[in-house]
Amino acid sequence: MIAIVDYRAGNLTSVARALRSLNVPCVITDRADELRRADRVIFPGVGAAGEAMRNLRDSGLDGCIREIAESGKPLLGICLGTQIIFETSEEDDRTACLGIIPGGVKRFPGGLKEKDVPLKIPHMGWNRVQFRGKHPLFEGIPGNAEFYFVHSYYPAPSEDSSIVGETEYGIRFASVVSRGSLVAVQFHPEKSGRFGLRILENFSRWEGSHAQ
Amino acid sequence: MLSKRIIPCLDVRDGKLTKGIKFKGNIDIGDPVEVARRYYEQGADEIVFYDITASSEGRDIMIDVVKRVAETIFIPFSVGGGIRTLEDMRSVILAGAEKVSVNSGAVENPKIISEGAVAFGCQCIVLGMDVKNVEKSAKIPSGYEIVIQGGRKYMGIDALWWAREAENLGAGEICLNSIDADGTQEGYELELTHLITTNVKIPVIASGGAGKKEDLLNVLTKAKADAALIASIVHYGTYTIAELKEYLSGNDVKVREIW
Repeated sequence: MIAIVDYRAGNLTSVARALRSLNVPCVITDRADELRRADRVIFPGVGAAGEAMRNLRDSGLDGCIREIAESGKPLLGICLGTQIIFETSEEDDRTACLGIIPGGVKRFPGGLKEKDVPLKIPHMGWNRVQFRGKHPLFEGIPGNAEFYFVHSYYPAPSEDSSIVGETEYGIRFASVVSRGSLVAVQFHPEKSGRFGLRILENFSRWEGSHAQ
Repeated sequence: MLSKRIIPCLDVRDGKLTKGIKFKGNIDIGDPVEVARRYYEQGADEIVFYDITASSEGRDIMIDVVKRVAETIFIPFSVGGGIRTLEDMRSVILAGAEKVSVNSGAVENPKIISEGAVAFGCQCIVLGMDVKNVEKSAKIPSGYEIVIQGGRKYMGIDALWWAREAENLGAGEICLNSIDADGTQEGYELELTHLITTNVKIPVIASGGAGKKEDLLNVLTKAKADAALIASIVHYGTYTIAELKEYLSGNDVKVREIW
């Protein structure tokens, strides 16, 4: 059973629908005991870091997520879930986050360009991920596959070793990071077509061991 | 580097497509869920649904369509048409749409944009703009005026001013439809598209007028649109989405090539 963390950060049903289409059992829950009992945990989210952290703290789930990340249980961060796994976010006047991966989350700077064309913020649409090495979660994903992104802030890990994949949008940023049994992606696998579903399917079988 | 998006648009009335859609092989289909699935499999980057139903019974049918679409395709899709209140937005988003599009509802009550952005996030809120070319005046300095009711009612609002205003109110994206070009299949309104997309910082989807593959190339390069909405050009089987993408890719436009 996969548990999807409900901390009132946007609509979580799309992740559940994607898992159901793969016949992977899942539950959306805000209960720590259910999260602890699950085989795997998905930590999604859409919205702003400040309110998300407030909701996590108010419900006491912040400690539970940290505990799961340390326990060796497979944990997948998605979008805002990925961002608040870091120590701090520039969003909402420097939000203190969960601190599971060293580093911060920064806002895309103004004036970014690609081929002399000014770039829009948010970074919204399909983009590639250049993987640095092999990871079981991305097995079967071709190098030119693209994923759906929507975000104005990007992960900036302080340790190079946490970076699994990078994406170009005016700058090069870490779009996939990992630490032990935690993998966190900035894009939305549940909205990234066949290759996104493949990542969720890989996650549903992953035991948390990994080789890089 | 971000890909330019190719977005088919489906008009739905009482739960059915308003026109049957012919895929190559001449299969005529009227079920929006089935057609969405076909376009998803053919490489659509996103899908736009417009509900042109008038009755409230029809609206419930549309919510059911949205739910079924959300279980069938795993790319973003938006739903627009008759969205006027936060409750309208909520029901569409909870049914599984990634984005909700407001058009005349926002012209009549601009606050719906900011309220929607606060409640669901900017990325959810698409401003649909229907625009007509008019003579430049003090009131309409850009020469492009906002219209509603399919172009029958002129609103006295400048399109460029409205695009910037919507951005400030928290819209995450603009779907810019030229009423003059719509349905002509003679190409997008390039000047209008360029004007809007270079003057806002949010993405702009160009809409209205696609008939040839060159039209897409022009609007994505010369007019700098972030995405191109297409209808007849794929509905009638002139091209598949894959053929359009192959052509664009061959002309140095970055598109999503595998799916």
